[in-house]
Amino acid sequence: MSKARRARNRIAQTTAFWLFRFATYAILAAATYIFLDIGIKGSRTLFTTHAPFINVPFFTQGPQTLFVFDHEGEKYTLSDREFRVWKTQHPVEVEATSVAYSAGGVWPCIVGTGLLVIGSMIFALAVGICSAIYLSEYSHNTRSLRLIRIAILNLAGVPSIVFGLFGFGLFVIFFHWNVSLLAGWFTLGLMILPAIITASEESLRAVPNGLREGSLALGATKWQTIRKNVLPYAIPGILTSSILGIGRVAGETAPIMFTAAYALRDEMPWQVQRWTDFVFQGVMALPYHIYVVSSKIPQNEYTERVQYGAACILLLLVFAIALASIILRERTRKRLSW
Amino acid sequence: MVVMEKEQIPHPAPPLELQKLPEPEPRQPVMINVDDVDFCYGAHQVLFDVNLEIPPRAVTAFIGPSGCGKTTLLRCFNRMNDLIDGARISAGRVRLEGRDIYAPDVDVVDLRRRVGMVFQKSNPFPKSIYDNVAYGLRVLGVNKKSRINEAVEKSLRASALWDEVKDRLETSAYGLSGGQQQRLCIARALAVEPEVILMDEPCSALDPIATAKVEELIYQLRENFTIVIVTHNMQQAGRCSNYTAFFYLGRLIEFGATSKIFSNPSQRQTEDYITGRFG
Repeated sequence: MSKARRARNRIAQTTAFWLFRFATYAILAAATYIFLDIGIKGSRTLFTTHAPFINVPFFTQGPQTLFVFDHEGEKYTLSDREFRVWKTQHPVEVEATSVAYSAGGVWPCIVGTGLLVIGSMIFALAVGICSAIYLSEYSHNTRSLRLIRIAILNLAGVPSIVFGLFGFGLFVIFFHWNVSLLAGWFTLGLMILPAIITASEESLRAVPNGLREGSLALGATKWQTIRKNVLPYAIPGILTSSILGIGRVAGETAPIMFTAAYALRDEMPWQVQRWTDFVFQGVMALPYHIYVVSSKIPQNEYTERVQYGAACILLLLVFAIALASIILRERTRKRLSW
Repeated sequence: MVVMEKEQIPHPAPPLELQKLPEPEPRQPVMINVDDVDFCYGAHQVLFDVNLEIPPRAVTAFIGPSGCGKTTLLRCFNRMNDLIDGARISAGRVRLEGRDIYAPDVDVVDLRRRVGMVFQKSNPFPKSIYDNVAYGLRVLGVNKKSRINEAVEKSLRASALWDEVKDRLETSAYGLSGGQQQRLCIARALAVEPEVILMDEPCSALDPIATAKVEELIYQLRENFTIVIVTHNMQQAGRCSNYTAFFYLGRLIEFGATSKIFSNPSQRQTEDYITGRFG
């Protein structure tokens, strides 16, 4: 090998190495930036400098309008409620600038997102596990099955805004459910269904065939085999896959903006007249709230507070749910190994 | 060209130094009849016109080189092949005590309870030892604790595992050694009180000591069960079977008492295989 060629090879080697390395570390950099940015700016909202160090009103109150004004040389930033109290004590006219959503907290949004996640995950897991069981345990490899697989893949590739419009057309308008939790559950559930089906099917297929045969050979029926000897061992894998689903359900804005989310609602979801109204009510949701406060109202120095606060809570919420799923999975997994 | 000379079958020599085999009845009833069976995986035919009569309360060994269809035939006896897409018996019948097991009115679940199976790769369930043995009873709907306890102990004793595991019945079956796992699988099959036990190379993954234990067990179980065992290991067939069937390329070449097959085979191919000239 010539000297020149050897040098060229070495340069190519080094370039490739650094290129790959750079690409990998770029991800790390981006992730760090995003988390630090939201974490730092968000924690200014979530935490306070004095005891109890947590900004309790931000977690427990609904969004309120912020009033900013000068009075006798002092600058006031008061929320809706505080301003009304203040006015009763100071019967003077003040020129107050109002900034929507920028006071109070995001409690109704947290509740709304929680409800959306719970409902849509129940729906998606129920339907998803059923069809995964069908696909992996019952179906034969026929033409219609291939069609089903293509449909699932396609469904996975549909942009979330299209799901939003679909849900709006079908559930909100055609079924007359209006903007409601129910419509949101089904829209979000359908959105993550392909991911749940694919992952559940994979974890079902990962259960060794010997367990199925062993069970059938003992005179168990197919359903007994699946229920007692296949499904329990696939549950950890299914849980793992649902972690991803939960993150998406909690964070997606597009599917709920037409189907389930209100920009502002004063009542909490449980403040309904009849219990049947519960599923037919719209809710506030964290991602939609972030969208509203960062693009639907005039921006100024007071709006950043709630934007980053809400974003930080959303991240924490997703982390918490993911952590819970991982712990649950590990506890289930400890009992099994093959 | 199936050779069945029942009248002339001498009783096989005692394989292990266990006990003397009872002399086979000259005209015994037949447990499993295989009548002119052809078997196909899709378009690929793997069994050709197999005729066989498996006697009850004896060990019948299937020997032959890989891919000769012995496992396929074994899995026909409890309809395990039903699980494979495109696999089917294209001609002939399999009868268990005279009844066609592929008849439309046959309950497969019931058939599989009567015809138990032990697999090549030991497949204990990821449950406790106790639950493994109790599994078959529970799926049958037996819930009475005392009855399950009794059956678990009986099966574990029958599979010579009781003394080794009686103090740790609640621990995972995965903590057992390979040989113990395989004997657990046998115990599991025994718990539902089958009439026939099919064994698909039960010792292929075991070391010689574990193999010896399993063989000894098979030898003892012969008294109460009809056992059909597929094996690659000719010494094993010689040691623990009463009858041997030799398969080659999907055909049954020879069937007879083990001692005869091993000492005086009537077919050239059998002799070549047994003496190790091929296979």
